[in-house]
Amino acid sequence: MARTTDPTRFTIAEARDALAAKHISARELAQAHVDAVARARSLNAFITETPDHALSRAAQSDARIAAGEARPLEGIPLAIKDLFCTQGVRTTAASRILDNFIPTYESTVSQNLWDAGAVMVGKTNLDEFAMGSSNETSYFGPVTNPWRARDRNDDLVPGGSSGGSATAVAAHLALGAIGTDTGGSIRQPAAVTGIVGLKPTYGRCSRWGIVAFASSLDQAGPIGRTVRDTAILLRSMAGHDPKDTTSVDRPVPDYEAAIGKSVKGMRIGIPKEYRLDGMPAEIEKLWSDGAAWLKAAGAELVDVSLPHTKYALPAYYIVAPAEASSNLARYDGVRYGLRVPGRSIGEMYEKTRADGFGAEVRRRVMIGTYVLSAGYYDAYYLRAQKVRTLIKKDFEDCFAKGVHAILTPATPSAAFGLGEKGADPIEMYLNDIFTVTVNMAGLPGIAVPAGKDAQGLPLGLQLIGRAFDEETLFSLGEVIEQAAGRFTPPKWW
Amino acid sequence: MPVDRETVRRIARLARLAVDEGQVAAMETELNALLSWVEQLEEVNVEGVPPMTSVVEQRLKMREDVVTDGGYAGDIIKNAPLAENHFFVVPKVVE
Repeated sequence: MARTTDPTRFTIAEARDALAAKHISARELAQAHVDAVARARSLNAFITETPDHALSRAAQSDARIAAGEARPLEGIPLAIKDLFCTQGVRTTAASRILDNFIPTYESTVSQNLWDAGAVMVGKTNLDEFAMGSSNETSYFGPVTNPWRARDRNDDLVPGGSSGGSATAVAAHLALGAIGTDTGGSIRQPAAVTGIVGLKPTYGRCSRWGIVAFASSLDQAGPIGRTVRDTAILLRSMAGHDPKDTTSVDRPVPDYEAAIGKSVKGMRIGIPKEYRLDGMPAEIEKLWSDGAAWLKAAGAELVDVSLPHTKYALPAYYIVAPAEASSNLARYDGVRYGLRVPGRSIGEMYEKTRADGFGAEVRRRVMIGTYVLSAGYYDAYYLRAQKVRTLIKKDFEDCFAKGVHAILTPATPSAAFGLGEKGADPIEMYLNDIFTVTVNMAGLPGIAVPAGKDAQGLPLGLQLIGRAFDEETLFSLGEVIEQAAGRFTPPKWW
Repeated sequence: MPVDRETVRRIARLARLAVDEGQVAAMETELNALLSWVEQLEEVNVEGVPPMTSVVEQRLKMREDVVTDGGYAGDIIKNAPLAENHFFVVPKVVE
């Protein structure tokens, strides 16, 4: 790479090479991203910018590189979803109730990244408590997608809930980002901003220090502009953590080694239940293009059936709110966050939570409380957990027949307009129809950009893998990326 | 409709959420819409199906039952809206 190249155009892999070859300093790389973040404020991708953090850590990285002690992510500027607790840096979960919360500790996943040498450019915007599919429920206002429809200048949503992280990467404000995915919150925004996002197997990354939404579904994952970059990030993020008993103690492979590996002879399942009535022709075409690329690379396509697919979303909207209502009980105005005074302690709790939570969070806390309340637990929660067993079994049956991975569309449509959906909550929830099954079954899934719709907006494909077989997803995702190319929005902000 | 206004008020109390009458009416509509949407789960035969308890099969690790953490009360109360001498301060509970 020549010195004159704009450093925000690097991939993580390219930046790593340029830093090692001393074509650029970590400080220059950080400064370029700090400047890009400051120039992109109209996108509202960040809740808190951390330029001092980025520049001082980058100076330390330069010292390490000079001493020949560079770590795997030395000097790489990253954006961190504002759901990861960062020591001494405000962490809001995009909620009024945590508006002034400054953690005294660091989440394990972000600490792993700093231990690998990465630097933080800021904390990214999200749907409040990660509850949303458009980033419109944030207390700090919506994020604008860097993509616009051809010949239009209407603002589009970046998806959600990791909409700020996806926008930061798509708009070249950071080389990579981390998000969390409870029902599609990494893969859906990655797909509608034309980048790559991976939800790892449940337990692959520690959840310690991440503001909890639905603990049996939440998982941290990487967001990048290439499949290789997400593989590089995951290797540093993943691993066992004694502080999270659900994190799994098994070796973390060198995921990057899976990039470029042959997919010859792999069996790829095409599930008929994902072919929805009224599916746009361009999504159908995207899906068949993806299948054709994998076939051309030597994979074998197999028709498969996942019969309980249609029940995943309604079951999710019992399980996730139930867990959320329990997790969010901690916001009571006593130990941290907002307090609204009341005449009694009970009134203080009720006023604090009513003022501190936005409408979507209140709705989910209400639903969750209802389905867990006496007399309704068996009819709703227990039944949903049984359906979840069946959804997982669908995938297990499919993998038992020798299928290595499953190919589906990532989203039912491209990015939609700000304020276009949301009057009907269920219409918004349907954005996660292809992604939510994966969380319910605890499996890994990757969204890879694969084409554009008629308006020139990016669309993604999803690959679903066996538990702890992220490597196969990286190998297959690379095939799609090589065939489809990469997608960069024209800069207008 | 499974949820009426009295149920909304009861659930809001359980959830410790203050609601005014306008919100009660709106929540009644929303909760009923959501609950009738999830009713489709009744079509599924769950006879003999165990409820999911853990999505990834693993045995939870055991460790010695000893204190491994603590000793930083200052950090614990650092974000408290009101604290005094390492105590959280709340409105009077006992007369």
